[in-house]
Amino acid sequence: MTASLSATVQSLLSALGALGVLFVFAPLVPGVARKTRAILTGRRGPPVWQLYADLWKLARKGAVYSVTTTWIFRLTPLVTLAATLLASAVIPLDGKRALLSFSGDAVAFAGFLALARYFMVLGAMDTGSSFEGMGASRDVTFASLVEPGLFVAFVALSVASGGLSLSNMLGADLWLRWSVVAPTIVLLAGSVFLLMLAECARVPVDDPTTHLELTMIHEVMVLDSSGPDLALLLYSQALKLSLFAAILIDLVLPRSSLPAWGAMALLGAGLTAVGVAVGIVESTMARLRLPKVPLFIASGAALGLFGLILLMR
Amino acid sequence: MGSLTEFLLFLIVLSDFAVLGTSRLSSCIRAVALQGLLLGLLPLVIDESLTPHAVGLAAGTVAVKAIVLPSFLRWAIREAAVRREVEPLVGYTASLALGVGALAVAFAVANVLPVRSSEAELLIPAALVTVMIGLIVLVTRAKALLQVVGYLMLENGIYLFGLTQARRVPFLVEAGVLLDVFVGVFIMGIVVFHINREFDSISADRLTELRE
Repeated sequence: MTASLSATVQSLLSALGALGVLFVFAPLVPGVARKTRAILTGRRGPPVWQLYADLWKLARKGAVYSVTTTWIFRLTPLVTLAATLLASAVIPLDGKRALLSFSGDAVAFAGFLALARYFMVLGAMDTGSSFEGMGASRDVTFASLVEPGLFVAFVALSVASGGLSLSNMLGADLWLRWSVVAPTIVLLAGSVFLLMLAECARVPVDDPTTHLELTMIHEVMVLDSSGPDLALLLYSQALKLSLFAAILIDLVLPRSSLPAWGAMALLGAGLTAVGVAVGIVESTMARLRLPKVPLFIASGAALGLFGLILLMR
Repeated sequence: MGSLTEFLLFLIVLSDFAVLGTSRLSSCIRAVALQGLLLGLLPLVIDESLTPHAVGLAAGTVAVKAIVLPSFLRWAIREAAVRREVEPLVGYTASLALGVGALAVAFAVANVLPVRSSEAELLIPAALVTVMIGLIVLVTRAKALLQVVGYLMLENGIYLFGLTQARRVPFLVEAGVLLDVFVGVFIMGIVVFHINREFDSISADRLTELRE
């Protein structure tokens, strides 16, 4: 009895520790991506911890609210952050078990992301700015294409691992059947990487450094936020990128047999690696024209479908 | 060497999808060249024994499908000065969806087909899907040059299917097939060149009107 209890406590501590690593290192991922891009394009670029400094600066400032906004606009950053935090609780960050796991939690994960996006869109529309409305409409259009792709990946993972919870899909159960499902996992990793670029508003779908409102997608939706509100939104965005990075790490790095500290160290290393990969994509690819983006997302989904078909034969 | 065979087949199917999803002609040609290279390597990996028959077949395939035909197609697009497929009859996203459908059908059909490949489980579905995607490209693209690419993929699929019987087919037959493809693509390239000179475009839909 005590043995099983201590095992439970241990797995809980490991999950909490990995969650802590994710929360602390999340702002580093966009920073690493930006630094990689700067180095590859021959610039020095801001330090990788720039986002921490930005967040700290914003947190101490006051927020300015337009008179046309209502309470929805003030609620948006809080709901967005809360939903993203909840989404990170269902991913097995230490490669074994998530903090929360129940069967069908993959749907909850997509639901939390959708909730965050829903409030982002509401907040953007609440400002009454036509630019923000346009950005919101683009964001929702692309998200509605990303989500089916994500579900294809989840279905394939569920078939591959024989489990219905993300902790089974990405944890030890997947690795027990590694020899059978290896090609599918490679395809799914590619699929999740493409979907991550689209979902987290990175090049080639959206450019986080663009300066023209007309071409922005995600950036334009936070244009009217300021101070602590903006800090929360920026942090949520970084956290979402790290979450997708964590799914990728779960797919390609088996960590279920490692001790907790080893799993956490690999998580940190993996986050940095994904940051570098995103940076390399950003410095070698131009942004796609808007009509081309659905094709990009569809190729991500097609990779996932290919993986699923390989499992079904 | 089963897993290496599977890996090559896997890349071949991915190159099918690369042709299906890109509009830039040079990228399509590059994907087909890569496919030709993989096809050439495949018999060596399957057979493992480096008999003169296998090596000759591989060398001939790589030379024709990965080097001669792609560079010829590149010459054709340079002469005709076209870079992109602008108006495919079926959009790229839809063709990708069709491709995935073809993949599903290929795996379903391969399961009930009486032909069994002892070498690689993936060989027959990969052959079927390459044939079907080649057909999709052939039918849905308006530029005559991409239709040539589609024809090449179709032939690649047939070649893949032939690999299930690789040890039984005599060398001369294989060489004859390669020669046929070479001549076929060559003629098509010349025709494309002439179409372009005559109509200032290589869209096949211009060919519906007869002129004296």
